[in-house]
Amino acid sequence: MMRRIVATSLFALLASSAALADHPFILPSNTSLAGDDNVVTFDAAASDHVFFFDHRPVQLASITVTKPDGSTGETYNGMQGRFRSVFDLKLDQQGTWKVASQQSTITGTFKQNGEERRVGPARGGRPAGGGERGAADGPGGGEQPRTGGDAAVANPEGGPRRQPPVAFENVPADATDIHLTERVSKIETFVTQGAPTATVFKPTGKGLELDPITHPNAVVAGETARFRFLIDGKPAAGLKISVIPGGDRYRDDVGEMALTTGADGVVAIRWPAAGMYWLGAEAEDSKPSEKRAENRQMSYAATFEVMTP
Amino acid sequence: MSPTRLALVAGTIIVPASVASAASITVTVPRIDLAEYKKPYVAGWIEPAGGGQARSLFVWYQLRNGGKEPGTKWLSELRSWWRKSGRMMQLPADGVSGATRGPGSYSVALPANLPAGNYVVHVEAAREHGTRELVSVPVTLPAANGRASGKAELGAVVVAAK
Repeated sequence: MMRRIVATSLFALLASSAALADHPFILPSNTSLAGDDNVVTFDAAASDHVFFFDHRPVQLASITVTKPDGSTGETYNGMQGRFRSVFDLKLDQQGTWKVASQQSTITGTFKQNGEERRVGPARGGRPAGGGERGAADGPGGGEQPRTGGDAAVANPEGGPRRQPPVAFENVPADATDIHLTERVSKIETFVTQGAPTATVFKPTGKGLELDPITHPNAVVAGETARFRFLIDGKPAAGLKISVIPGGDRYRDDVGEMALTTGADGVVAIRWPAAGMYWLGAEAEDSKPSEKRAENRQMSYAATFEVMTP
Repeated sequence: MSPTRLALVAGTIIVPASVASAASITVTVPRIDLAEYKKPYVAGWIEPAGGGQARSLFVWYQLRNGGKEPGTKWLSELRSWWRKSGRMMQLPADGVSGATRGPGSYSVALPANLPAGNYVVHVEAAREHGTRELVSVPVTLPAANGRASGKAELGAVVVAAK
């Protein structure tokens, strides 16, 4: 529960390649609480429709909690189902809490003895890269968690098939033509008990981050919120932001607000109505933290509860 | 208006400290015929019309801890008040906190030390298994005068100089 980064997860792979096609989210039951003895429950999933459970769970093991004082909190009653993860959080401090999932994977290709091999989590022989997700969308599709191993060695249908992907750690020393991409996906939400605080927003200076100007638990219908986005601690200028009100399954129009950050990395969001909102952003550059990777893909998603005025 | 004008005529920039001392807000909690009626939580606050720090005038909630869940737990149901003022306060607050009230009309004085200017007085009510309602009354101090009315959880809200 405490690990900040789950090094190899096939879900991160799927999420990062299409973060804005599906919508990873951590959805709290409440974001603004009074008193001092509250429990908040969360759903964590990635879905086609915002805040529905129609695709895959967010890995329960990737969830981290940051308390208002900056220390690490713990969830309980955790359950990872076919479509979602569920967990509870007891608020034993006043202030603003952050509940997040961050996953980092490295995928790509290399050659060994002239043969091309893929790098990525073992996924039953399906090509890494996420472009073939549709095949797994059916009932009981192949997206159940697997505990590593060379799944493609066993081939019930027989016949030729591609070699299974190689885990990044196992890329051989004599590999050539190495082309690797680092993918980092981050999902967050914020909950405030009592007066809002700002400790959990302190930027780490690494990757794509939210640096809110308006407190995320003070967003209101009809008012404009301002959020700054940072990449490696610097303003993320020209970043495309997607904001979608929950419940798009019950309307014809998705209702997406397509926004862009200014030179200062700030995006202004005027919330049209109260409700739960999903925000997503993606960025790509050639500054991976892993030296052997060539580029870096970053995705960020957050859930906001917009209050009545 | 006259105290301010007099002050200006007299060539001083001091705003009289007690311009609003005689103003009060009267809140009507309507009678709602229900078998399981619970008294509403009601909060009132005043904020500058152009935006700025909100100041709580009163909050009526379950002051006495009558069970497992202290009454403070439900204060966030007064959503607007909670965000703008309540969650930054230490509760109970002297002169602000009070017990819930049944149907009737109640008068609360406006603070005496508000500078002259344009304000909005807000009254918000939320009732268990009922609805939430916000009534806003724009007023200009010191000549406080204004009224509005709710439709469900609040009756007339009147701000008036006494």
